[in-house]
Amino acid sequence: MTLAEAPMQRERATTIYEKSKAGRRAAVLPGAEVPETPIEDLIPANLLRSEAPNLPEVAEPEIVRHYNRLSRRNFDLDSGFYPLGSCTMKHNPRLNERVAALPGHARLHPAQDPRRAQGALELMYLLQESLAEISGMPHVSLQPSAGSHGELAGLLLTRAFHADRGEVRTKVLAPDTSHGTNPASVTMAGYEVVKVATNQRGGVDMDDLRAKIAEDPSQIACLMLTNPNTLGLFDENIEEIAALIHEAGGTLYYDGANLNAILGRTRPGDMGFDIVHLNLHKSFSQPHGGGGPGAGPIAVSERIEPFLPRPQVVRRESSGGRDPSFDLDFDRPKSIGRLRGFQGNFGVFVRSYAYILSLGADGLVDASETAVLNANYLKARLAAGRAGERLPVAFDRHCMHEFVLSGRPMKNELGLATLDLAKRLLDFGFHPPTVYFPLLVDEALMVEPTETETKESLDAFADAVEEILAEAETDPDLAKNAPYSTPVRRLDEVRATRKPVVRQQLAD
Amino acid sequence: MLAAIGVASTEELFEQIPGPLRLGRPLDLPAGMTEAEVYERLAALAARNADAEEQVTFLGAGMYDHYVPAIVEAITSRSEFLTPYTPYQPEISQGGLQVMFEFQTAMSELTGLPVSNAGLYEGPSSVASAGYLAMGATKRRKFVVSRGVHPHSRETLATYSVGYGAEVVEVGLEGGVTDAAALAAAVDGETAAVILQSPNFLGAVEDVEALGAAAKEHGSLLVVACDPMTLGILRSPGECGADIALGEGQPLGNRLDFGGPSFGFFCATEAQIRRMPGRIAGETEDVDGRRGFVLALQTREQHIRREKATNNICTAQALNALGAMVHLAWLGREGFRELGELLVRRTAYARERLAAVDGIELLHEAPVVREFAVRLDAPVDRVLDRVAERGIAAGYALGREYPEYDDALLVAITERRTREQIDALADALAAAVAAERGEKPSHGDGKSPQAASERVIA
Amino acid sequence: MAEATYPEDLRYHDQHDWVRVEGDSATFGITWYAQDTLGEVVFFEPPEPGTTLSKDQPYAEVESVKAVSDVIAPMSGEVTEVNDALTDSPERINEDPYGEGWLVKVTLSHPEEAEALLSAAEYQKLLDR
Repeated sequence: MTLAEAPMQRERATTIYEKSKAGRRAAVLPGAEVPETPIEDLIPANLLRSEAPNLPEVAEPEIVRHYNRLSRRNFDLDSGFYPLGSCTMKHNPRLNERVAALPGHARLHPAQDPRRAQGALELMYLLQESLAEISGMPHVSLQPSAGSHGELAGLLLTRAFHADRGEVRTKVLAPDTSHGTNPASVTMAGYEVVKVATNQRGGVDMDDLRAKIAEDPSQIACLMLTNPNTLGLFDENIEEIAALIHEAGGTLYYDGANLNAILGRTRPGDMGFDIVHLNLHKSFSQPHGGGGPGAGPIAVSERIEPFLPRPQVVRRESSGGRDPSFDLDFDRPKSIGRLRGFQGNFGVFVRSYAYILSLGADGLVDASETAVLNANYLKARLAAGRAGERLPVAFDRHCMHEFVLSGRPMKNELGLATLDLAKRLLDFGFHPPTVYFPLLVDEALMVEPTETETKESLDAFADAVEEILAEAETDPDLAKNAPYSTPVRRLDEVRATRKPVVRQQLAD
Repeated sequence: MLAAIGVASTEELFEQIPGPLRLGRPLDLPAGMTEAEVYERLAALAARNADAEEQVTFLGAGMYDHYVPAIVEAITSRSEFLTPYTPYQPEISQGGLQVMFEFQTAMSELTGLPVSNAGLYEGPSSVASAGYLAMGATKRRKFVVSRGVHPHSRETLATYSVGYGAEVVEVGLEGGVTDAAALAAAVDGETAAVILQSPNFLGAVEDVEALGAAAKEHGSLLVVACDPMTLGILRSPGECGADIALGEGQPLGNRLDFGGPSFGFFCATEAQIRRMPGRIAGETEDVDGRRGFVLALQTREQHIRREKATNNICTAQALNALGAMVHLAWLGREGFRELGELLVRRTAYARERLAAVDGIELLHEAPVVREFAVRLDAPVDRVLDRVAERGIAAGYALGREYPEYDDALLVAITERRTREQIDALADALAAAVAAERGEKPSHGDGKSPQAASERVIA
Repeated sequence: MAEATYPEDLRYHDQHDWVRVEGDSATFGITWYAQDTLGEVVFFEPPEPGTTLSKDQPYAEVESVKAVSDVIAPMSGEVTEVNDALTDSPERINEDPYGEGWLVKVTLSHPEEAEALLSAAEYQKLLDR
């Protein structure tokens, strides 16, 4: 099939460097105002650079046009449905951007004396308290920069917790459905991963779990679990799982990537977890930014608290009827130490706290309820059409906030891989679901609509899947060669990896 | 919708949560607020912070009050950059991927190393990631780290090293810079990486090439943390023989934000490309031959290699890196160098001006670019308070992290700090030090921490 | 190589590796099925010459764009040579898995292990299941 090039396709990618012309510039800098001593008189020549680094030379209007053009080569949440499983692509309220940009937040230096940063510390304290209530855990550290950073923190906390009791444990259990960051974090924290199988209902296989623990309970450091799991299913055996792990002396870690399903309904702390990370960029509306920034605060049980990272934001009561004050507490002798510089991604804290204030106790519960309703509705809509046969649900029961389909029948019967369906969805103006994850499900498609979507947008997505499956019955090549309408079509990833070109070769 | 699902109420959908685990009460949080109410509430909190509009700040220590041009905010606040996820579908993510490619090109230029990733969380954890890479590359488990490396980086490395099963050996400073003899003595055949920072935490420019010889001799990787804003002036880490150059990216196009979010940059030699942490964009073509960009070398990453991944990170701080790229394009080749020169000259002026004050002397005389340290003949905390009364944040007290420098102050200069402000700082410090010395008969007592704390309590 | 091929003169391991035994030494590689399943190979991470390999244990990695696979040693021995040409041209593993796409040459420590490996016919029967 050949098509005329879309306007966006006719416009070939040109980098800012290729727009550079010697002598052009945007910035006008202030004058020195001080003696213009030759630099070589101030810094020895052997430490100086002989030639300025090659940066683009462009005027401001060109910079603006360049990046605006580039922006149009992105699909984004504000443009359409983005049912990327496990990523919780919910609306990003612009109020949050506005309050994060207030100079009192945006231009506050991280080393400011805590006495002159009381508003920021109070905000962090209030966010800690809110997250503690939502997670059902008594203590929170906001420091980790992302979910995976929180995981590493949790494992280092586990190590410190055991070391404090004179124990050395080597193994961390994780279900075969777990996010890739889980095993990667386990290795970085110096543990060995032991995979636990999934049962017929999509939960942890209890027999396998018992067997893995029984091999040597004294070596079990931790079980990392997502609940609801990456299949979008709540593990009904969670209490028993927690009991087994605690009996073995291990900690229970909750990967909070899927927390959006259970806000105000149930809490990791009540399920028996010791450590949980919360993705502020998922459940708490921090924009994803094309891959960051986010934040991954951790909440912990009482027994883990002494080991939390340094510094902790604390509230100090004042005497004589004065208001309490807030401070950074460095005096934590059992702390695992720092995980990063300063106090964490404060700008993200402002946005997420604004989100929690906006929704309030009721609004958070409503958000979860709508997210779960939307997921189940979309699952039902799909099941009622061609997808019911071609893209069956991997585990057919009510789901929580997301569900996983298997493209295996579609591949066998129509010759369409999950990837082909995903690429064809691009032509219909949708971001595809997460594909090929979890690994357990063959040709997996993981769909998370979030509470943001209306019934109309869910219907439109279901209709698009139906249409793609219908057209594939007569012309499977249509999907196999998709997309057609995007700024570029399928890209040669083999070439990009065999002979990686990771920067532009510049003339000088 | 309920009918389509086949349930009578949404409650049925939540029945998979065992009864005893259901919360059964409302969350103990305030009721929802209107947009205006939330704004007022957060504005009130923000008003209780002394930000850089309210105070003239000479605070640095890794994050700096540069002027970020308006186009950075205009571009980074566009929905198309603000609201997408990681570019897993390259056909509809060419904008973000190309930004990564441009950013990688620029960071390679700055650091003099051929391979850059698309960004890590921030500075100090990037140092810890470099340690992990070096362990994989050398199959060794010891890091030799200069005490000139940011204390937060050293502490973060120590935290991670417990998990890595690695040993961290610190090497002291001499005359403001890393003690070369002590460094050479500490590096051996077990050393995975020698980790330096230049300019170091005290602002001093290190002779990276000379110090790095110890690493080369023992086959250890040379890791150099650097301040990107100094790289228009200073010899690049790559030229000095670094295997890895990294750092806190905040000075480029990012706000102070009380410490984050910002980004870490991370560049290395070709030899390390398959051990790099984080996302990397690569250039390629589509089926019709159009130029395009994709995430390259993904098999390094956690979503594919899982427990064998080069790192657990799955965030690139893409939006922050975009801010950096726009800022760099705005400065341009000439502007970037000019800015570096401006920093050097104003810093030299400030250093001279402060050193001339009675009761202030330089902590070290090593060359500096944009930050320097002075010793005060008066308790640092009290001097800072007095200067704050004049609307000035005079700098960073070194005492917490360097007990040996508990009388010292780290002063940072950006292009926003005018000569007039520098003069005001010098005058304020002079007055504060004089006042503190005047309060007691013996000048020397002020340097004793006990004396200082007693007076704080009094 | 577009068509499935399993040469008669090779021995096969059930983890999709082949061996060409020549006295006490041997050449190892991955089968047509393995490279076809993996897709286009973009990288081969070889062991160092001198590495001791144990039968049934991983000794190298092959990567496609979105997968990494361990390569299992079909027999025990010591690596004497690795196929350096794969560094620049890993696609040889796809194009010629039994020829230019060989992975390592090995001095066998237990040549008798060959007897337990599969013949071409037995291996194909395994694939058909």
